[in-house]
Amino acid sequence: MASSRFIITVIGSDRVGIVAKVTTVMASFNVNIVDITQTIMQGIFTMIMLAEAPQENFDLSAFQEAMSAEGKSLGVEVKVQHEDAFRFMHRV
Amino acid sequence: MHINPNEILETIQMVRMEHLDIRTVTMGISLRDCSHPDIEVFNENIYEKITTRAKELVHVTNEIQSLYGIPIINKRISVTPIAVAAESCKSHDFASIAKTMDEAAKDSQVDFIGGFSALVHKGATVGDLKLINSIPEALACTEKVCSSVNVATTKTGINMDAVGLMGSIIKKTADLTSDRDGIGCAKLVVFANAPEDNPFMAGAFHGIGEPECVINVGVSGPGVVNAAICELENPNLTEISETIKKTAFKITRMGEMVGREVSRRLGVEFGILDLSLAPTPAIGDSVAAILEAMGLERCGAHGTTAALALLNDAVKKGGAMASSSVGGLSGAFIPVSEDAGMIEAVRAGALSLEKLEAMTSVCSVGLDMIAVPGNTPASTLSAIIADEMAIGVINKKTTAVRIIPAPGKGIGDSVEFGGLLGNAPIMPVSGFSSEVFVKRGGRIPAPIQSLTN
Repeated sequence: MASSRFIITVIGSDRVGIVAKVTTVMASFNVNIVDITQTIMQGIFTMIMLAEAPQENFDLSAFQEAMSAEGKSLGVEVKVQHEDAFRFMHRV
Repeated sequence: MHINPNEILETIQMVRMEHLDIRTVTMGISLRDCSHPDIEVFNENIYEKITTRAKELVHVTNEIQSLYGIPIINKRISVTPIAVAAESCKSHDFASIAKTMDEAAKDSQVDFIGGFSALVHKGATVGDLKLINSIPEALACTEKVCSSVNVATTKTGINMDAVGLMGSIIKKTADLTSDRDGIGCAKLVVFANAPEDNPFMAGAFHGIGEPECVINVGVSGPGVVNAAICELENPNLTEISETIKKTAFKITRMGEMVGREVSRRLGVEFGILDLSLAPTPAIGDSVAAILEAMGLERCGAHGTTAALALLNDAVKKGGAMASSSVGGLSGAFIPVSEDAGMIEAVRAGALSLEKLEAMTSVCSVGLDMIAVPGNTPASTLSAIIADEMAIGVINKKTTAVRIIPAPGKGIGDSVEFGGLLGNAPIMPVSGFSSEVFVKRGGRIPAPIQSLTN
């Protein structure tokens, strides 16, 4: 685990303000968006972000809790996972 | 490196919908430096060693779980076979050692501890016999302790004296836990060719060729394999095999990543990754469902052995490609009580003990979590073990028996163990006696390694 980059996925039904609210939480933890993509898959709103966390003083579990709490209030599922979880599985 | 959104969603789907999980992170700990003639000193030594080594295990594993967002279901410990470590203890009763292991496991907050074990494939020492005779009491008075006895290998043959003894040990174990459907037997495995680095219970122990301390990881995912097969449109068996292989590859990569990171953070050597399709009672997390997805009306129908052979081999191939550290059992498990599809198949009359025995010649382990009538004679249990050991010894593979003669229960009843152990309908055994054969004892010699027809 060399990097401090995370994949953030937001899955649920679409509504106004999801991106705004989720990114506000990210900003408050000083987490930077490197790349963002969103689609509607079979009517389900899916947003994927590649984000970079600060190298120092970053509390991952507090960030995960804040993100998942924000997701709950929006009625969507928000997950924050280290990018290696995806790189390792699909690439040799 | 750019990561494809479809790959990200595929991974998320595997975890959310298809029960992909790291089944266990198991820390192997050597207890060889703990021996002492006084069993109380020995117990203090092993408690100290286990709790010191495993102090950070659960904490670090939980950190990794949230870092990657992949569920890690169990944290476990395996230790040097107690018969070896406690050989010099003067006491005749080893049950207090099991109690100490149980306490150490609870205080380390792990789910199971394995290694109340003996290796007697060629013969038993005094310590081996003390341990085996202590098994019923040890499993009745503990919650987290698992026990295993290796009674056969391809190089030595089958120790029929040990096989004969294990039949009555299993009966006693069931009797001492009769208030809980004989659950003690669910924590007791009889092996042929037991692997020294298996992270799965109940058969995990820290083999004598292993290092001081090691992290072994068990990954599972029958639901993921099943979903991948169901997505194919009218596939032929070559295509199914290819899909299983690719899926196994992905699951293995995930396990390897988790294992390496846990071992790096703990400063403990990474041992092996065991990719075993281990079902759980959850719907959709079934090995039987995979066989049925291949086109069998029910698991147990003619063709089941062939389908399982395909599955087991494809899993191994995908795993071996994904990691150089694949070890343990690696393949498909077929525990009846832990697999909703197997339970259904038994209830429907599609799956019998005889068919299961045939299936074990091509799967990764053996007759697993099978409940039989409580009045099954010990000699019949021994004979079932002997058959299974013969399959392992001749085919140069691991086989095992974990069988529960459910006290007071008969055909039509079922047993309920709860949790990952599930529930099982009682299956009939042959009513004809094997007693004279089992009582003969001695050894079935090691098989010839040529003229292999």
